[in-house]
Amino acid sequence: MNIDLLVAILMTIAGAATPLLIAALGELVVEKSGVLNLGVEGMMLIGAVTGFAIAVSTGIPALGALGAMIAAALASAIFAFLTLSLMANQVATGLALTIFGTGVSALIGAPFVGITTSTLGPIFPAALANDPIGRLIFGHSPLVYIGLILTFAVWWFLKHSRAGLILRAVGESDSAAHAIGYPVLKVRYLAVLFGGAMAGLAGSYYSLVLTPMWAERLTAGRGWIAIALVVFASWRPGRVLLGAYLFGLVITMELQAKAAGFNMFAPEFLAALPYLATIAVLAVISVAKRGGVAAPACLGKPFRAAA
Amino acid sequence: MMGFALEPRRQESRLANIAAPVIAVAATLIVGAILFTLLGHDGLAAVWHIFIAPLFNPYRWQDLLVKAAPLAMIATGLAIGFKANVWNIGGEGQYILGGLAGTGVALATLDMSGAWILPAMILGGIFGGMAYAAIPAFLKVKLGVNEILSSLMLNYVAIQLLYYLMRGPWKDPMGFNFPQTAMFSGDQTLPYVVPGTLIHLGVPIAAALALTAWGVMTRTVAGFQFRTVGAAPKAARFGGFSASSTVWLALLIGGGMAGLAGILEAAGPFGQMVPQFPTGYGYTAIIVAFLGRLNPLGILVASLVLALTYVGGESAQTVIGLPSAATGVFQALMLFFLLGVDILVRYRLVRLEPAKKTETAEVSAPKTGVARA
Repeated sequence: MNIDLLVAILMTIAGAATPLLIAALGELVVEKSGVLNLGVEGMMLIGAVTGFAIAVSTGIPALGALGAMIAAALASAIFAFLTLSLMANQVATGLALTIFGTGVSALIGAPFVGITTSTLGPIFPAALANDPIGRLIFGHSPLVYIGLILTFAVWWFLKHSRAGLILRAVGESDSAAHAIGYPVLKVRYLAVLFGGAMAGLAGSYYSLVLTPMWAERLTAGRGWIAIALVVFASWRPGRVLLGAYLFGLVITMELQAKAAGFNMFAPEFLAALPYLATIAVLAVISVAKRGGVAAPACLGKPFRAAA
Repeated sequence: MMGFALEPRRQESRLANIAAPVIAVAATLIVGAILFTLLGHDGLAAVWHIFIAPLFNPYRWQDLLVKAAPLAMIATGLAIGFKANVWNIGGEGQYILGGLAGTGVALATLDMSGAWILPAMILGGIFGGMAYAAIPAFLKVKLGVNEILSSLMLNYVAIQLLYYLMRGPWKDPMGFNFPQTAMFSGDQTLPYVVPGTLIHLGVPIAAALALTAWGVMTRTVAGFQFRTVGAAPKAARFGGFSASSTVWLALLIGGGMAGLAGILEAAGPFGQMVPQFPTGYGYTAIIVAFLGRLNPLGILVASLVLALTYVGGESAQTVIGLPSAATGVFQALMLFFLLGVDILVRYRLVRLEPAKKTETAEVSAPKTGVARA
């Protein structure tokens, strides 16, 4: 295998992994605060369509990515209000958010089907990316680097910052955190909004980097894989990174097999592979950590302060 | 401090329980009209054509029943699981697998005739849905895998399986290379129950199943088991109700009902298997289940309301050019509002008097916890 092809494959893996990584890191912070938001897929779609619409109308893809974060954070605010202030069931509300995002994105995106836009290309000067190694280091879109930086930032925040400690306390024991005087609901609101913004950013990667176009259900269930990644990673940022790149590998194998006209498996089987792999990975990880409790103790439970 | 506060009710309010879905639907109409106006459509016309106009058109009533039947069937099965905190959201995949398994029977019996063929197809459909739901049940009980994620992933796998079968092994050899199966024979098609209409056998089956489920859930020990496991897992364990058997039963019933809905759709309105078979009923049924208060009788009413969004959505598409995605937006709004209004079932609004502060004891978390991942 020549080095050009190898670098091309590695770059495809990074590209396929990045949106999963960013969305999963956002969801990890949400879950660490004790909230389960199953609306990632819907928020990613809202991000994808908003980012695309803004990029098309302004011609500035970076502005699109920013708008994607804001729009998806707004959508997550609906979820936050219903589950945190009105104590609605988190599973059902998250599903509602995904159905909402699927519908709204299709509605907003209808006039944009069939249009292309300029992509969010590499940030480093092309001169740095002339040889294969240079390309591997400097040839990515900014979101690939953001994903890596975000992994470190989330790890540091949760492990070493005071705010991160409070967030974890809220997720592990909301009533104790409340008794000490921490604002449980405020922390959870902020976590949910952060998760929304990250899902939006991840969604915009599909419409601004991977394929510079919009189509209904563009993210094709990747938001659910991001949620599964958080479980797979036992709520640890470093393992989310590992998991996301493993899935990037699976998705790249699918693309490479298709491109090479590899006929041993039906294309439908290859398309189903990421979802089958997710189930298999969840099964393996569940066996591996039998008895161990990794999930935040208050995950999915509503909190109401004693009056 | 002058203002309002939420005070927990000792018992869930029956009135609020019935009023909540009504308020949610009303709020959906109002906010939907505003939202669609903001998005650049004629919001009032959208609400009128989706929710009101079909009610005044008797030709549309049969469509309502035909669309409501699969929704009610899937939702009844899902609701039994939701009651027990088993979150099967793989209804869509189980519906597809039911349709496919029944179609398999149909393709094997294409040259035969007899009254036994249709029941065999229906049994095949039920088993297909059950078998598919058995995967998340097995993974949950034996390995502790979260059923939300596993059942949902299988929806995507089911769609690919459908595409594969339509493109390859099951493609009609006489079908001009269209990716679809042969048309089912007369013995393989659901009979109409009201002559001259589209109302097929699936409609009374859906109603009968919901009534049966209502009886089982409210009048039998098994129903009590499901409700107890969901509401008070610890008490259920002391009562000798096994958590694993609840997971198995909930998923198998949910899968069986979704599979039944699948084969009834294939043998009814479709009359063959096509790639366009999955229409999102499995997801919409989740909304039906909640709008119907997880109660089979409520689900019958809710299935008609959600059927209205499909029927009305189609006519709004042709009459005022509203995109088909509008249906999903209205459905999601309805669920949002229902979940929001639901707080009035468990809490009452009380006015805080400035002088005497109400003292409320610490409240334990309401019964909406989620099985841990």
